[in-house]
Amino acid sequence: MMRNEQALFDINNLEVSFRVFRGTLPVLDRANISVFQGEKVGLVGETGCGKSITMKATIGILPMPPAEIPHGEIRLHGKDILSLRGEQLRNARGQISLIPQDPGASLNPVFKIGTQIIDAIRYSSSGKGLNKRQMRSRAIEILKEVGLPDPERNLSCYPIQLSGGMKQRVLIAMALVTDPVLLIADEPTTALDVTIEDQILSLMRDAVDRRNLSILIITHNLGLVREFTDRLYIMYAGQVVEEASTKELFRNPLHPYSHGLIDSVPKLTGEGIAEGIPGMVPDYLDLPPGCRFAPRCAHAMEICSNTPMMSQQGEGRRVACFLHGQEIREERGQHA
Amino acid sequence: MLRVSCMDRKSGRKEANMLDLADVKKYFPVRGGPLRRKIADVKAIDGVTLHVAQKEIVGLVGESGSGKSTLGYTVMGIHKPTSGELLFRGQDLTKMRSANARAVSKQIQIVFQDPGSSLNPKRTIKQTLELPLKVHGLGNRRERLSRLRELMRTVELPEPYLYRSPSALSGGQRQRIAVARALASEPEFLVLDEPTSALDVSVQAKVTRLLMALSRELDLTYLFITHDLSLMRNVASKVAIMYLGRLCEMASASEFFAQPLHPYTKMLLSSIPVVSDEEERLKPPRVVSEGEIPSPVNRPTGCSFRSRCREAMKICETIDPPLVEVGDGHEVACHLYTQSDS
Repeated sequence: MMRNEQALFDINNLEVSFRVFRGTLPVLDRANISVFQGEKVGLVGETGCGKSITMKATIGILPMPPAEIPHGEIRLHGKDILSLRGEQLRNARGQISLIPQDPGASLNPVFKIGTQIIDAIRYSSSGKGLNKRQMRSRAIEILKEVGLPDPERNLSCYPIQLSGGMKQRVLIAMALVTDPVLLIADEPTTALDVTIEDQILSLMRDAVDRRNLSILIITHNLGLVREFTDRLYIMYAGQVVEEASTKELFRNPLHPYSHGLIDSVPKLTGEGIAEGIPGMVPDYLDLPPGCRFAPRCAHAMEICSNTPMMSQQGEGRRVACFLHGQEIREERGQHA
Repeated sequence: MLRVSCMDRKSGRKEANMLDLADVKKYFPVRGGPLRRKIADVKAIDGVTLHVAQKEIVGLVGESGSGKSTLGYTVMGIHKPTSGELLFRGQDLTKMRSANARAVSKQIQIVFQDPGSSLNPKRTIKQTLELPLKVHGLGNRRERLSRLRELMRTVELPEPYLYRSPSALSGGQRQRIAVARALASEPEFLVLDEPTSALDVSVQAKVTRLLMALSRELDLTYLFITHDLSLMRNVASKVAIMYLGRLCEMASASEFFAQPLHPYTKMLLSSIPVVSDEEERLKPPRVVSEGEIPSPVNRPTGCSFRSRCREAMKICETIDPPLVEVGDGHEVACHLYTQSDS
């Protein structure tokens, strides 16, 4: 894939910390993530690794305080969203849509589906100047696009009358109806069964391809990203530790954490259950010095008490591990 | 109704099995109208016949709404079946009196899906683990404490954790406590209701390994309820697929994965996201997933899967296919495989 074009969406050295009673938690440490036009990118990691914080910072729903962003940029079309205010910020945000995790909890139970979709249309830039009837027909159109059967009737249904898969279709419709350029999907299928997951994934794939959108999909499901994405970022304890094309990553994971993750997934080949990764995710208040994965790593060396830089490993592939590069990252100070 | 054919094979095996379910049904009433009369039934389990032999690990797989958890709870005694026989070591659990029932409940325990909500947040781990010992009157105070220490070693947690509250433990550690609680009364049979699906992958692997090691060391028999077929490939000795309250396919794990027969099984298997090319080759040819599981209140006539089945025929609309044996212990409920008889 060509890399000399400018990224559509670019998270640049983003840091997020939470100031709590016990101290300051550095939950996101200089994360670099880019998504190019028309690309499907995955952000993979386990609970508490900073995936959702990245998503929240991006769409501007991070609770500040306690959270703060001491450093970094989030750029859409080259413009830093974090520095925008007012109308400009609203326009930029309007171009990013979120497909949330839990379809059951993400729709308001006391409003009809139609009301909620029409609200999304009314406040989007694409809905300006439309009258009620036009908005309604636009809502029906979008529900048809996401494959919801009998859209006219479903508009006057309450969320509780729909199944989980249907609700997720409605949420995808609401994400698409504002004509975004970037979709962020936060664990979009975790609450669904495999057969429904399959349907939702092909729906998202079709929508992204047809509209030439870009999508950042946040998940812990490795099988899902393998089938869905072009490129991947692996996160561990608030840091991006590996970046690679999906194919490369599954063929040859470089970071010991990526390797451990792929290894932990039960396989259809029936080779037994893997050992998993020893130890636990560190406490953000008590992070190990240097590489955050070192205490759980079978390959840990002396040098691992320093923080490894993301080092280039061929085309579009970078990894932060001393097994694959000797560059030590100096701590922040001159950056601040 | 049409559940006759699977009944007559049961008799021969009755003795050797740990658990026998014969045509078990569990209906929940739906009430409505001003007088709260019963207007319909949710047919959560609609005639399940299942045999679990000693030391077997039976994987019960299905989508949400298929009735798999209800079946697990019924075996546990949380629900009383509407009809059918439920035999544990030959004793009918549904007809048991309370003294006996407690002795049996000591033998059957359960591990729930979400350790975050299945452990009482106001109790210390010690209090949680001690309760089953007290209920079953096992040991005095000192004996109980030494049993608790032993349990902590069994689930590979440090002893001082006994005095913590669940909120001070990680998800994986909490699930280990839930396993320890289930093991406290030294049961022979565990119902595992999605014990790893709330956990991260690397933790999932560790908890699964622990469960497998325990089944070997303590000669446990598991009814492993899950929606994860890849996991079942690695742990189950027998796999049963449930759809809308009935079993639609059942076989030994090796046979099941080598030759899945039911169209629903094929759909499930072909929808699993996998992580390597070797696995990709093991999946059946792609079956595009269509539709959703129908409501258990208004079961479709005939085969309940026909609304989503690519191979549905005329006969599927009227006659519900019974579960029949088509090969060495491989049972399937589909007209594609029984056409010659009908």
